[in-house]
Amino acid sequence: MAQLENRTGRRLVAGIPLFWLVLFFLIPFIIVLKISFSEVRLAMPPFAPLFQWVHGVPRPKLHFGNYGFLFTDPLYVTAYLYSIKVALVSTVCCLLIGYPMAYAIAHASPTWRNVLLMMIILPFWTSFLLRVYAWIGLLKNNGVINNVLMYLGLIHEPLPMLQSDFAVYIGIVYSYLPFMILPLYANLEKHDNTLLEAAADLGANPVTAFFRITLPQSVPGIIAGSLLVFIPAVGEYVVPSLLGRTDQLMIGRVLSDEFFENRDWPVASAVAILILLALVIPIMLFQRFQQRELEAQK
Amino acid sequence: MSALPQVDAPATAPTSAASSTAAAFVRIEHVTKKFGDFAAVDDVSLDIHQGEIFCLLGGSGSGKTTLLRMLAGFETPTAGRIYIDGQDMSTIPPYERRVNMMFQSYALFPHMTVEKNVAFGLEQEKLGKAEIRERVHEILDIVKMTSFVARKPHQLSGGQRQRVALARALVKRPKLLLLDEPLAALDRKLREHTQFELINIQKRLGVTFIVVTHDQEEAMTLSSRMGVMNHGRIAQVGTPAAIYESPATKFVADFIGSVNMFEGRVLDEGAGRIQSDELGCVVAVNRNLNCARGATVWTAVRPEKINMSRGASATDGRGENVARGVVKEIAYMGDVSIYLVQIDSGKTVRVTLPNIMRDAEHRITRDETVHLSWHGSSPVVLTE
Repeated sequence: MAQLENRTGRRLVAGIPLFWLVLFFLIPFIIVLKISFSEVRLAMPPFAPLFQWVHGVPRPKLHFGNYGFLFTDPLYVTAYLYSIKVALVSTVCCLLIGYPMAYAIAHASPTWRNVLLMMIILPFWTSFLLRVYAWIGLLKNNGVINNVLMYLGLIHEPLPMLQSDFAVYIGIVYSYLPFMILPLYANLEKHDNTLLEAAADLGANPVTAFFRITLPQSVPGIIAGSLLVFIPAVGEYVVPSLLGRTDQLMIGRVLSDEFFENRDWPVASAVAILILLALVIPIMLFQRFQQRELEAQK
Repeated sequence: MSALPQVDAPATAPTSAASSTAAAFVRIEHVTKKFGDFAAVDDVSLDIHQGEIFCLLGGSGSGKTTLLRMLAGFETPTAGRIYIDGQDMSTIPPYERRVNMMFQSYALFPHMTVEKNVAFGLEQEKLGKAEIRERVHEILDIVKMTSFVARKPHQLSGGQRQRVALARALVKRPKLLLLDEPLAALDRKLREHTQFELINIQKRLGVTFIVVTHDQEEAMTLSSRMGVMNHGRIAQVGTPAAIYESPATKFVADFIGSVNMFEGRVLDEGAGRIQSDELGCVVAVNRNLNCARGATVWTAVRPEKINMSRGASATDGRGENVARGVVKEIAYMGDVSIYLVQIDSGKTVRVTLPNIMRDAEHRITRDETVHLSWHGSSPVVLTE
């Protein structure tokens, strides 16, 4: 009896998140997938049905043109590649900045540790949109940074920083840095200090010990943090819209333009599906890696 | 146990402080280590000879691990100096010391195989690949772990990890190996077996071992000499037999093995007679006592050095070294039995007798009245 209750309890625990994912992720995904294979129509809804009734039998009418179209117009391919490039560079920057910060927090005294962690999380208390807007005020031609540099006499005319790749990197790195630091910290904080003592004892200087002991053991944290930055950065919409170039769109902007400006839902859906594919591959690699790590710990 | 070869320090001892350090391979001079106001190690001086197994024995918080960590270089002494092979270690970081340590937790690198773990130290010496391979396999052969080279630490049992940790420390051919509670994580049978194996490996390689342990049996079995630590100080240094048979203080007598301690007053320092009211008799130790008449002393008698019989005492009837009592408790241990005897003065005395006969017919039972006696050479007289 107790076992039976136990089993229903377990099913319930697994069932609730499963139900949530099916309702809010799988079903919308299937709808988007369906739309991506239909033809655009000037109607409501703005796409043709996927099945046609021929002699009382439903016959699917798959339309692959939307995907083909994405590869014929260079707009989409370049937006795609540009997004991946921006996401990659931002992820690497976050890692290079975030790792030392996470390391320092993990090695700080317990009181300092809490204060520092608090400071990492604190920006989340302000709206993301407001924080990105604030960067406009900092980066624009008569903004804070240019004014200070000109006042100091280091430059004589304002540096055009806004609406550039540089501004996008600043915006993304600034926004997503906590997502890199927190998983890295969680990993580094668990490291066993005696391993470093053992390395020193065996003749490794601190630099060697870091690269041979600490770094390899923090790989799960690096991967988790990188994915948490890379995945949202690829589809980032707000930062490039506010701070970025006007001549080169990121794929998130293209997607929203297709939906809301062109009202071409099938093409927009195809863009969405391809973004998803590009992201699913690294996620699956990560999952496989994590599985292997878990098995190794048994 | 003390039959280990005592290799002398090299004849070409460095000229600085040569005369005093010639015999000592490791010389600890007035070393103090303070954490805040607390002195974990308090003015310790100690000489350790080359090729010996020296055990630092003490309870938790006695400072033994701190002393070991200072030898490894993980802690710097607040005061005093440490010389290893004549070289002052004050400014030398751990990664430049020809000293290796086996950690209590073993501290194997979890992301490396057994082979990589053992090779790590040699790679830091920038040796050739072939030589590293050869030396790794040589040492793994000694600890009988060659068939596990490709395993990761989490795939090994506790005993196997212990061997890998030992191999990893020994492969660097250190002058001095520090072992922090090397056997604490092993179960009893494996521990006994490993103790003798450790001694064999040490003899074979001739490395000086300094072992930290809280387990007195481990210290007695392993060490050629040992130092008992208490409150950051060395209470006594000597061979296991010397420390057991001639403890210098009440603490040492009580810490090593079990002991019956009786307070008394010196009657005659020349004849070695002590009046103990606690015992209700005169203790005669048939040797000179190095203290004043009337001084308060403690006589310590080991439980196995006390005779127990039903009849009248075998020794003379002058009331020396005898006591009468009633058996209150008996603990049967197999090889020996422990008897708790309440003597006439009310004090409880612990006596152990070997169970020589198999049948229980003549065994003394509870509530029997017995006589206790001991030889005049058995008691140790302690003043502090």
